[in-house]
Amino acid sequence: MTALDLARLQFATTTIFHFLFVPLSIGLAFYVAVNQTLHYRTGKEVYARQVQFWGRLMLLSFAVGVVTGIIQEFQFGMNWSEYSRFVGDIFGAPLAMEALIAFFLESTFLGFWIFAKGRVSPRTHLTSIWLVSVGSILSAFFIIAANSWMQHPVGYKLVRGKPQLDNIWAVITNNTAIAAYIHVIMAAALTVSLVTIGVAAHHLRREHQVDTFTTAIKVALPILVVGAIGSFFAGDQLARLLVKQQPMKMSAAEALFDSEAPAAFSVFATGDFTANPGHTNRNLKIPHALSLLATRTWDGKVLGINQLQEQYVAKYGPGNYVPYVAVVYWSFRIMVYLFGAMALFALVGLILWRRGRLATSRRFQLIAIWMAITPFIVNTAGWVMTEVGRQPWIVQGLMLTKNANSPLVSTAQVAGTLIGFTLIFTVLGGVALWLFLREARKGIHDAPLTPDGADVPDLTLSY
Amino acid sequence: MHTVDYSFLQALWFILIAVLWIGFFVLEGFDFGVGMLLRHVGHTDSDRRAILHAIGPVWDGNEVWLLTAGGATFAAFPLWYASMFSGFYLALFLVLVALIIRGVSFEFWGKDDRPRWRATWEWTMVIGSFLASLLFGVAWANIVKGVPINAQQNFTGSLFTLLNPYALLGGVTLVLLFLSHGAIYLNMKTAGDLPERARGVARWASPAAAVAGIAFLVWTVINMTDRTGASLAVAIVGAITAVLLATAAVSELVRRPGIAFGISTAAIAMLFVTLFVDLFPNVMPSSTSARFDLTIANTSSSSTTLTIMAIVAAVMVPIVLAYTAWTYWVFRKRISPEDFDLTTKNPFDLVGSGGSGAGPDAGGAPAG
Repeated sequence: MTALDLARLQFATTTIFHFLFVPLSIGLAFYVAVNQTLHYRTGKEVYARQVQFWGRLMLLSFAVGVVTGIIQEFQFGMNWSEYSRFVGDIFGAPLAMEALIAFFLESTFLGFWIFAKGRVSPRTHLTSIWLVSVGSILSAFFIIAANSWMQHPVGYKLVRGKPQLDNIWAVITNNTAIAAYIHVIMAAALTVSLVTIGVAAHHLRREHQVDTFTTAIKVALPILVVGAIGSFFAGDQLARLLVKQQPMKMSAAEALFDSEAPAAFSVFATGDFTANPGHTNRNLKIPHALSLLATRTWDGKVLGINQLQEQYVAKYGPGNYVPYVAVVYWSFRIMVYLFGAMALFALVGLILWRRGRLATSRRFQLIAIWMAITPFIVNTAGWVMTEVGRQPWIVQGLMLTKNANSPLVSTAQVAGTLIGFTLIFTVLGGVALWLFLREARKGIHDAPLTPDGADVPDLTLSY
Repeated sequence: MHTVDYSFLQALWFILIAVLWIGFFVLEGFDFGVGMLLRHVGHTDSDRRAILHAIGPVWDGNEVWLLTAGGATFAAFPLWYASMFSGFYLALFLVLVALIIRGVSFEFWGKDDRPRWRATWEWTMVIGSFLASLLFGVAWANIVKGVPINAQQNFTGSLFTLLNPYALLGGVTLVLLFLSHGAIYLNMKTAGDLPERARGVARWASPAAAVAGIAFLVWTVINMTDRTGASLAVAIVGAITAVLLATAAVSELVRRPGIAFGISTAAIAMLFVTLFVDLFPNVMPSSTSARFDLTIANTSSSSTTLTIMAIVAAVMVPIVLAYTAWTYWVFRKRISPEDFDLTTKNPFDLVGSGGSGAGPDAGGAPAG
């Protein structure tokens, strides 16, 4: 492997690991804020217990998410110095804005929320968790805007071959960024609702704290439904933008090697075991479905990988412009199929709620526990498709990944840090998962929240 | 556009980035120091919990100063960012490791009360805080001194290039300064036995930091390539820093912990002011050839980007400072180990925060 390959592997490793925690943290901050608001409004203790229980899990998720987030900002410079030089005039701005506008807000008020209880009024305390939620939701916007610029560069002019910022508003309101942002926030909604429902179902199956955990599901289900509907429409929008902006990614995601009109959606395809097999061996298809998805017409034409490759060669010169087809194809399948399962699960949940059987349906509870894993797979698959599908470009149409890494950072250095990060992530991930499951299994604390009716300065004694 | 405006913007961003780094060092400096002292000043679990709580509400916000400095460097001087981060590759990897193991120890430490678990996350806190302090000192000394950089603005040395005597002195200086800063902070923020023990540390750490710091300053001035005017400026701010360091060394004698902390803060800030004044208008001089020096002019973003980011900073920095100051005010009370004696038996029971006092006394100002 070359330093470039290892740098790519390192980016994949650190980003995937980081992003296991990001949607969970964003989601849990929102979920805790909703529960704390419900408690503030109704005064019902059951909501206070939710805050206490889920708050602990939120802090665990934030802790790992925050420390692994620092790597993200550093590694653009460390491993991708040529990239940083090339795009810095545009790409750095959203990162700096993210820190100034979102990270300060999120971090300051997270610390505040943990420790200020009892020192400030309940309203101020409630405000602080909302500021954490707003900060985390905002931070996603800036990083998605930065990433979307790599997918669909806008608002720039080329000066001596390098992109220079021309219109920041165009960068911020990039249609790709808006669709991808909504998609990611909705993914966070799916993540938190499925995780909370899964944990609650674990307890309901053991008839443990039934009221509290039924309430947990009732708060989570609407979030799940909104997340399912929202990510469907945002994803659909994103797919149509892809056809225009990154047609190669879309065709690779469909293993569509030759142009079709009408185009069929591939359900299950196999091909030779190479990066670009050139054709599928077996392909089960739904006629017209891809035309509908991509062009909103019954017979619309969708370009195939082979034709796009020819177009790209004509436009950008000789080279291979096809990503690993199987990786893009299967990551897209995993995302879409598991999403289908989530949507179905949401529907079943709603029906059971209507019939008053959330606390009693054993089968629903068993499925719910397993569903808690799916968002992490789906989130990862979504990013794999997004990033691998853009290859060989690091910035679509402007810069190739092979020209972007740090020229004087040696293979040994990248290998060493890759091994180091992997070891740390294994330990960190293991400890975090162990603690998360242990805390989750423990259930919600039963003893009175406020002994003697006094507002104890419960200085978050997990610290 | 107007070239005058452009160079003004570049200078402005140099100053802003300097401010961000200084903010990071004076703020995270004390929580690095407190982290290093966790086991030395804290003897029991209650002590250590009190120490962690003294920085618990603020450390994460403090660390955002680093992220902001990094992001601002990327936005305003992308070529500096690219050369510095790829050049200091292994050093930055170690910084990341240090920040990771220290960051999670806040969260993990209290999650179990077995002694080995506690000790593990105490040591990651101590080692992480120490390593980060040392490496930031080494890195900044190297930036000021100059490192081998070629015509393509790439660093051509190795990790060992960075480990030269001057840079190591910089590292030691920062470790000692932060130890002293952290001890002075604990003296101000804790109660019970802790302040006396913290003063015990300050009694040796502050003078040691002053000696190392003044030696480092002298070496910095000697290292300077002659630039009349600049040399004078460095000599002046360096002298002020030296006075502050010397004052900080004896400030433990002052019975006003707040004043001692103020002096310590000023000394750290001035040390970095000296370094930044020395650096300007370079951002990373090349020891290979002065022609390859990275400067604010040859590494900066376009004037459009600098202008937009200046507007964002002008709006956001005052807001951030305001709410940061307010949270420090809310957490101004001293923290005593006695607060935790009853509850350490079962830390899980009282975690999170239920907002349990809602309803009747809703609204109103912070209770303080």
